[in-house]
Amino acid sequence: MFALIDCNSFYASCEQVFRPDLRGKPVIVLSNNDGCAIAMSKEAKALGIKPFEPYFKMSAACAANGVQVFSSNYTLYGDMSARVVQTLRRYAADIEVYSIDEVFVRPLSIFGTLQEYGQQMRQAVWKEVRIPVGVGMASTKTLAKLANRAAKKINSLNYVCVVENEIQREWLLKKVPVGDVWGVGRRISAKLNSMGIVSAYDLSRANTKHLRKNFSVVLERTIEELNGISCLDLEEIPPQKKQIYCTRSFGEKTESLDEILQATSSYASRAAEKLRKQNHYAKTMHVFLQTSAYDEKSILKNTTIQLPYPTDDTRIIVKYARFAVSKLYEEGYRFQKSGIGLIEIVDKRFVQGDIFHQGQNEKSDLVMRVIDSINRKYGKGTVLTAAEGVEKRWAMKQEHKSPAYTTRWDELPRVRC
Amino acid sequence: MTKFYPIYTRLQLPFFSYRLRAGFPSPADDYLENALDLHKHLITHPSATYYVRAQGDSMINFGIFDGDLLVVDRALQPVHGDVVVAALNGELACKVLDLKHRQLISGNDSFSPIPLPEDCDLIIEGVISASIRYHRCLP
Repeated sequence: MFALIDCNSFYASCEQVFRPDLRGKPVIVLSNNDGCAIAMSKEAKALGIKPFEPYFKMSAACAANGVQVFSSNYTLYGDMSARVVQTLRRYAADIEVYSIDEVFVRPLSIFGTLQEYGQQMRQAVWKEVRIPVGVGMASTKTLAKLANRAAKKINSLNYVCVVENEIQREWLLKKVPVGDVWGVGRRISAKLNSMGIVSAYDLSRANTKHLRKNFSVVLERTIEELNGISCLDLEEIPPQKKQIYCTRSFGEKTESLDEILQATSSYASRAAEKLRKQNHYAKTMHVFLQTSAYDEKSILKNTTIQLPYPTDDTRIIVKYARFAVSKLYEEGYRFQKSGIGLIEIVDKRFVQGDIFHQGQNEKSDLVMRVIDSINRKYGKGTVLTAAEGVEKRWAMKQEHKSPAYTTRWDELPRVRC
Repeated sequence: MTKFYPIYTRLQLPFFSYRLRAGFPSPADDYLENALDLHKHLITHPSATYYVRAQGDSMINFGIFDGDLLVVDRALQPVHGDVVVAALNGELACKVLDLKHRQLISGNDSFSPIPLPEDCDLIIEGVISASIRYHRCLP
């Protein structure tokens, strides 16, 4: 048995945790740089606000309908997510944190029936974290996902849906369009529809031998899972990232090479930090620079660059990122975004120096360790490379950001006494 | 993603036992105990605990003053006499829970009690387990 606990409209719910006045009200959260809506409360959905709609197009309508708008506050969401996971740990020994707002657990029987178990988890998370969740349970992860979806859509289930027998399984599968099955994307579902496979139930009954010719083995596994044969197990240790990307839009479009260099340096430095966190070295780096696709003079440039030796040294990664982006830069364009990706990375333990180069020396290791521990202790960006600049004109636009309620002493929630 | 911020950090105050050069063992060695951890002492449910800042003078009779740091534990079941955080008219407010008379009372005579609704779970946001006063300056 698997249970999937999924937070309802997670980012919007996080914004309501310390703002009881906003519960039951339309709330939306904007993407980085306040570009478009990425999360919305039930009430905002009911007003017809669609995900990924550009904010400038709907800001007037939001104001007219009393919609509360927030810039994304990932610090808050990260902390709330960790609290949800901590709370769930009391209810299960085996846990997979699947994403910031989804957790798979293996149910324990000491908590009564599965329904009772689901309700207990839901109530505990609401009481202790003030985040509403839905729970779906079934014999496979793919079915648990569908059960979770039903738990939220069908009011009488009260946010917990358990699929325990054949009748329930068929009932559920018949209700779900095939495109909503985990792992079936839009392209695959269009193709399946044209073959007469419309519901999840149709897919579960499809002839796998026939489908094998047109689709990947992943779809075959999905079919097994829909039929209650578990193919996907809990992944309790998250797989290490094989690539590390750090890319972001500038607050405002810019023609200035200086600003682009600063921004890119800071992304490079962030990527290097992530690299060290998982104890890897980078060998190859991908750097890109682009304008908005909607601009009249639009351009996207990118390049791949080889680092001199496998390294996690911020100074080297920043230096090469700057070199690359200055080569990509052209005058006369208003650039909107740059980014760097460490695309070939290797575990530190398996790196050997070659005959031409000794590789990263111990002094670099030490300097990086000191920088990381200072930044951990005194806050992000206490020590940074001068290349990142001090006055960050390119920084993200976050006009509607809520306080870091749980992570900064000077932004704590205020309580009227 | 799952990063823990200051609420989880611990400061371990070291407890030294001196080893004398002469080889004479410290008479305290057998009596060593763990260092005192204020965080552990004040917080029983880390993932359900939040810090908030008091604002106003309605709780002064209970020893809560403007600017105090309040430790709110959402995992505790509120009982009669608890100092709680309640959501009143959409605002977070600090009050004392009087279950016998089904009301919320303030610690200042110029504030009158507020009757509790039927389902008081709806408005109780958490129990204040401790309040911290700064006697030098606000950090």
